Amino acid sequence: MDKIRASLLKKSIASKIERRGKIISLTCLALIILVVFLIFYFVASRGLATFFQNHINFWQFLSGTQWNPGTTGTNGQPAVGALPMIVGSFLITILSALVATPFAIGTAVFMTEISPRRGAQILRPVTELLVGIPSVVYGFIGLQVVVPFVRNTFGGSGYGILSGTFVLFVMILPTVTSMSADALNAVPRYYREASLALGATRWQTIYKVVLRAAIPGMLTAIVFGMARAFGEALAVQMVIGNATLLPQNLVSPASTLTSILTMGIGNTVMGSLQNNALWSLAMILLLMSLVFNMVIRYIGRKGKLNNER
Amino acid sequence: MNAKRIDKIATGVLYAIAAFVVIILVALLGYILVQGVPEISWHFLTSPALSFEAGGGIGIQLFNSFYLLFLALLISLPISLGAGIYLNEYAPQNTITGLIRTTIEILSSLPSVVVGLFGYLFFVVQFKLGFSILSGAFALTVFNLPILTRSIEEALANISNDQREAGYALGLSRWETVTKIVVPAALPSIITGVVLSAGRIFGEAAALIYTAGQSAPALNFHDWNPFNISSPLSPMRPAETLAVHIWKINSEGIMPDAKAVSAGASAVLIIAVLLFNFLARWLGKRLYKHLTAE
Repeated sequence: MDKIRASLLKKSIASKIERRGKIISLTCLALIILVVFLIFYFVASRGLATFFQNHINFWQFLSGTQWNPGTTGTNGQPAVGALPMIVGSFLITILSALVATPFAIGTAVFMTEISPRRGAQILRPVTELLVGIPSVVYGFIGLQVVVPFVRNTFGGSGYGILSGTFVLFVMILPTVTSMSADALNAVPRYYREASLALGATRWQTIYKVVLRAAIPGMLTAIVFGMARAFGEALAVQMVIGNATLLPQNLVSPASTLTSILTMGIGNTVMGSLQNNALWSLAMILLLMSLVFNMVIRYIGRKGKLNNER
Repeated sequence: MNAKRIDKIATGVLYAIAAFVVIILVALLGYILVQGVPEISWHFLTSPALSFEAGGGIGIQLFNSFYLLFLALLISLPISLGAGIYLNEYAPQNTITGLIRTTIEILSSLPSVVVGLFGYLFFVVQFKLGFSILSGAFALTVFNLPILTRSIEEALANISNDQREAGYALGLSRWETVTKIVVPAALPSIITGVVLSAGRIFGEAAALIYTAGQSAPALNFHDWNPFNISSPLSPMRPAETLAVHIWKINSEGIMPDAKAVSAGASAVLIIAVLLFNFLARWLGKRLYKHLTAE
């Protein structure tokens, strides 16, 4: 009798397996979450040391224009002004997004509205393939083609914001194009049919109906491209010249947060001010990628509301 | 100007933009292949790189790239499979799950250089792994986890609920249903996702400069004992990959034929990415046919 009672009260093998499986899969998920927190913790702990250990004024860090950690600047404080890099990063991101947007959206419209057959057969696979091209390859081509082109056309050394913009433009173009095309494809067919039935031409339909309905999706695509441009390290580093000066014009050597990071981290001693200052740059990079993420989420939520109304 | 006229003009402009973009993209691919393919030879693919003289190859870098890719997938696949299963099969629809998804999204949007720096701080310095294949593989894992988790989750979500209900009706537990029915059914799309992510890992450089290192010591290809430092399998040796190699020889500028070598290496990278793409599509289709007996 007791045996039966015991076997009824005991957990079956199946339920043990079930429990184990659930725990294993939850552990995997927890591990990923842990990694994210570790990244933030480690980068922040180093990045904040500049301000708490080395007592650098935060605003001076953001607004200073001299970057030469290890030496003292004109005000007697260590020269850790990150403004040149911050300006460089933002300039290059905004410019490349400005150049890429019309081309990307034009191509996406062509792919989805004008010639869907050719779009699906040629443009789609090519753009998807180009999304996967490694960034060093873009950097190499930038070095071989873009830099000499800029040097011969606009003068200067060829290294600078303009070359970086060109490289990033080509680099984010496939991403923005294919995401915009997705957004346009998601516009219901009956929107177009309704517009055409009212006697609108194809362009009127595209401009007044399809593009407007797809605005949130296309904004997401553009912000996504900007985030990619902002975080890109090697391709930019290879063509921008890496001079930590405020960019005077588009063809003078400049630098970005990522380019100075890739150049410097290996040449500085852990725990020194030079090193901590670089980690502060990494922290800005991290925070900016959070901001891009939040903007994308905000656009997504707004777009959903509009469609539901 | 009437509406029809504007329509014609706009169509023309759109044609021009699309043509321009196609020209850029084709020129890009063409440039890499035309410059690079003539450089590729058996000698180029197998011999070690030379620093100060011309005529070096990319043999060790190529091997390192594949080895790192293999290790990174080996670590990241089980973890993302587990995480994907939990997210799609177990996780309740509530705020916490939403937060977890947001966190994974944040991880996937981090610049790869930040992932590399974290890897440097955490694996290289904190865990004293040094510049090694292992550090590099862990950094690539961090880089790959969110993307792979997401693609696996999507693959699982696409399996219809009938399959799960059939499993429960047979008296299987949830875990058994997942491992014996849902995952096998989702296998074609999971494999497509894995191969596509492999293409991304293969070309990654920023996450590796400060984790797997920038040097490729000579390897003894007759010694396959992973505990010997000169063995190709040793996980503790520094390992410059192909993508890092391209970056390094271009920014250092001491190799006399840097341009030719990087052109060849770029072409190899592109061809590898192309192959991964085709492989993903082909394997997915093939497995789907095999499993569904269509």
